[in-house]
Amino acid sequence: MGYDPENPMADRITDIGPPHYEQFFPPVVKKNYGKWLYHELIQPGVLMHKGESGDECYTVRVGAARLISIELIREICDVADKHCDGYVRWTTRNNVEFMVDSKAKVQPLLDDLKGRGNRFPVGGTGASVSNCVHTQGWIHCHTPATDASGVVKAVMDELFDYFVSHKLPAQVRVALACCLNMCGAVHASDIAILGVHRKPPMIDHDAITGLCELPLAISACPLGAVKPATVKNSAGEDIKSVKVNADRCMFCGNCYTMCPAMPLADPDGDGIAILVGGKVSNSRKAPMFSKLVIPFLPNTPPRWPETVAAVKNILETYAKDARKYERVGEWAARIGWEKFFEKTGIPFTIKSVDDYRLAYDTWRTTTQFKFTSHIK
Amino acid sequence: MPKHDTPLLDELEKGPWPSFVTDLKRQAEKKPECFDILGQLELSFRDKITHWKHGGIVGVFGYGGGIVGRYSDVPDRFPGVAHFHTVRLNQPSSKFYSSAKLRDICNLWEKYGSGMTNMHGSTGDLVLLGTTTPNLEPLFYELTHDLNQDLGGSGSNLRTPECCLGRARCEWGCYDTQDLCHTLTMHYQDEIHRPAFPYKFKFKFSGCPNDCVAAIARSDFAVIGTWRDDIRIDQAAVKGYIKGDFIPNAGAHSGKDWGKFDIKKEVLDLCPTECMWMEGDTLKIDNSECTRCMHCINVMPRALRPGLKQGATICVGAKAPILDGAQFATMTIPFLEVKKNEDGEYAEVVEVIEKIWDWWMEVGKNRERVGETIMRVGLPTFLKVMEVTPLPQHIKEPRSNPYVFWQEDEVEGGFERDIKEFRKRNAQ
Ligand code: HEM
Ligand code: HEM
Ligand code: HEM
Ligand code: HEM
Ligand code: SF4
Ligand code: SF4
Ligand code: SF4
Ligand code: SF4
Repeated sequence: MGYDPENPMADRITDIGPPHYEQFFPPVVKKNYGKWLYHELIQPGVLMHKGESGDECYTVRVGAARLISIELIREICDVADKHCDGYVRWTTRNNVEFMVDSKAKVQPLLDDLKGRGNRFPVGGTGASVSNCVHTQGWIHCHTPATDASGVVKAVMDELFDYFVSHKLPAQVRVALACCLNMCGAVHASDIAILGVHRKPPMIDHDAITGLCELPLAISACPLGAVKPATVKNSAGEDIKSVKVNADRCMFCGNCYTMCPAMPLADPDGDGIAILVGGKVSNSRKAPMFSKLVIPFLPNTPPRWPETVAAVKNILETYAKDARKYERVGEWAARIGWEKFFEKTGIPFTIKSVDDYRLAYDTWRTTTQFKFTSHIK
Repeated sequence: MPKHDTPLLDELEKGPWPSFVTDLKRQAEKKPECFDILGQLELSFRDKITHWKHGGIVGVFGYGGGIVGRYSDVPDRFPGVAHFHTVRLNQPSSKFYSSAKLRDICNLWEKYGSGMTNMHGSTGDLVLLGTTTPNLEPLFYELTHDLNQDLGGSGSNLRTPECCLGRARCEWGCYDTQDLCHTLTMHYQDEIHRPAFPYKFKFKFSGCPNDCVAAIARSDFAVIGTWRDDIRIDQAAVKGYIKGDFIPNAGAHSGKDWGKFDIKKEVLDLCPTECMWMEGDTLKIDNSECTRCMHCINVMPRALRPGLKQGATICVGAKAPILDGAQFATMTIPFLEVKKNEDGEYAEVVEVIEKIWDWWMEVGKNRERVGETIMRVGLPTFLKVMEVTPLPQHIKEPRSNPYVFWQEDEVEGGFERDIKEFRKRNAQ
């Protein structure tokens, strides 16, 4: 018996949670659970995990878009059925991993994947650019300042060579979030691409009544820029609405999240900021936040050439200059940010000088600095 | 639904990276609403602006989250995406699947949705992208009855927990990330499905300080594996690395010639605490100085392994920059043995979580992440709430201002004094 709209509560099942993970483990994973000895990357995109038992698990990692169709998932299932006893997994960064239990099974799997056009690029391991994690953008969200899937496709096309190789000084994590909410939490990435608005919200006085709770819209603003106001709507009636003090607005869109009558997206106002030097791992240096180095690049669909060029420039300057194991942020900290700007040729602007809360943390309070071309 | 011209999107069919446009077009042959996804996205590419409206509250009966409502602002032109809600499915711990399970999900989504998905959303859910309001209840019915799957969280609730693959296929998992993630997910079904918090709350579980799920950056409650005894050393393998028998960093740098492996330059000198040295060809570590950063282990996985006295460090309160600036999670509990009791629960972890929640649900303001609440009241207050002894490990360095909020009961004689007595000794 299926769902009965007349009787929606009939034999309802709730709160069963996700299926238990263990049933989805390939046998070699199940057998060696918690008993792995070491791993090796036998080529870019192919990991070998050695168990204490002597067993080996070979993993082939392939890049994928995050936005994928059920047709493609079915194709992934076909590959898993053919080579991997029907098991497959996804990584945190939207890569797909196929696992086999002997070296002999690796090449046929690689050949099969290669035979399927450009749908399954093998890579994303070691000192590479792994897949770019991202958010929704114009494909699904109501607050984006840029697209997500489109920008990521353009960037990954250009960085492709770094996805399929191990030639960087360390792994480089690239991430995109399409507005300051940062659903993708890009604030600790080596290179972060962030959608930013630059115009304060408009106020739709004809729609605001009934659509928004004014106190919530007012308290949503972190900078107190939204104030109550009595205004005339287009019918000439006095209504209770809000006004925005544009000088105080940081274009975060919080008011719009709370109140749909305050849209701020704009074709010219919106675009992309680039932040660099974040990391999550505790390896060597403690985790670091990404820092704003390019305050704005325009939205230029379909391929965002300015953004692609900026990301590539940062990546390749780093690749040339950094020491082995050094993440982007460790490199920039070692050479100094004045050198980072000099070497990358990115113009330093006052927008990189913090004037938000806790700003003082980032000001220089020592006489130690390097004389770069910035000092005339 | 007709096909639309998409000259801009067509540009994204070029290049070596897999193209979501090509994929959407292939799917559209079976699910024509995908033509409207493409059509509306093309319009956004032309207008440089989103065409989705601020959603609307949709969901399934009895749940306060798991569905994100979404409507087109140009529904007449693209009726296939007039309603385009997403359904968040709670993923299995660390995202292993069987093809049978995936095919079931695909079939369900072919029947009730657009055929497009996100594998996966940023929180970890398997996101089914695009369906209509009338489809939600039947979909949920079949999801729970036939697929044995449930929705994840959205809104001001416990968001779908997420973990690294840890012990399943990584030698560094210092506790069982999958089991803890799954057990707590089951334990807190109500908190996931029925928002009752000031704001969202996220659990993330990483098996070691490499933190592959970015717990310290993204979660309110980050459990990160660690150990408190000595790094295990296989001296023969150390020699193997020095001799060049083994490739350093597991081969992660194989694409460029970085010269011969130099243990001093690549390991000893990069150790942040300078606690390693060589005696002849024997590697020595002063483990009492080690901060367990993982660097040496990452570089020589065949020679070095985390110690055997394993557990986790708990850090609290990470969030993205909005509103007061980004915060990493603050180290709160230095070491907890992550163990399951006979009743199948992780009682010690649960106790820590619930101490945070009880307090945060009382004092947290609307839309205030727990990290912001801690900022507002101060770490000392939070440590008192958590009933943890203040330790030098809680800080990077002692405060540099003397503005201590002394409590009356901490000061000899209290705050009450007699001004008249004072004046007898100290004239005005
Ligand atoms: C004034 C009351 C409102 C509050 C308190 C509110 C709160 C929120 C919050 C906290 C989010 C973030 C979602 C997340 O945590 O991921 C959100 C997103 C959203 N808002 Fe609002 N909002 C309000 C008004 C509205 C209105 C009026 C609409 C529709 C007309 C709407 C539709 C949505 C939708 C569909 C989402 C995405 C849902 C989600 O991610 O859970 N909201 N809202
Ligand atoms: C104040 C902060 C935030 C707000 C107001 C917010 C709001 C929203 C909204 C409106 C959506 C719906 C997008 C859609 O149309 O599908 C969304 C999706 C989502 N958000 Fe957030 N978000 C915030 C921060 C975050 C953070 C920090 C994370 C994760 C670390 C996150 C994780 C997600 C996830 C997983 C989704 C599902 C879609 C996706 O993966 O892109 N959100 N959020
Ligand atoms: C030197 C530092 C690091 C090392 C040696 C390292 C090592 C590893 C290893 C061995 C794996 C494979 C685990 C497996 O699937 O069996 C892995 C996967 C992963 N790591 Fe790390 N990790 C490091 C730092 C990081 C950092 C900083 C992040 C996140 C910002 C991260 C995110 C991930 C993710 C998301 C995966 C899953 C695979 C993927 O999506 O490509 N790792 N890491
Ligand atoms: C609430 C905070 C502070 C108060 C009320 C305060 C008050 C004073 C007063 C009244 C004097 C003059 C003493 C005298 O010559 O009669 C003084 C001297 C001085 N203060 Fe402070 N001070 C404070 C914080 C600081 C800080 C944070 C610093 C440095 C980081 C500082 C550095 C000095 C120095 C260098 C002198 C001169 C001492 C000397 O002559 O050797 N003070 N302070
Ligand atoms: S980052 Fe912003 S625009 Fe992008 S999905 Fe999240 S809320 Fe929407
Ligand atoms: S965009 Fe942000 S800063 Fe500007 S008015 Fe709205 S809430 Fe305030
Ligand atoms: S966090 Fe540590 S234990 Fe977990 S997968 Fe990453 S390296 Fe392995
Ligand atoms: S784990 Fe880090 S701190 Fe500890 S010995 Fe190794 S490199 Fe040094």
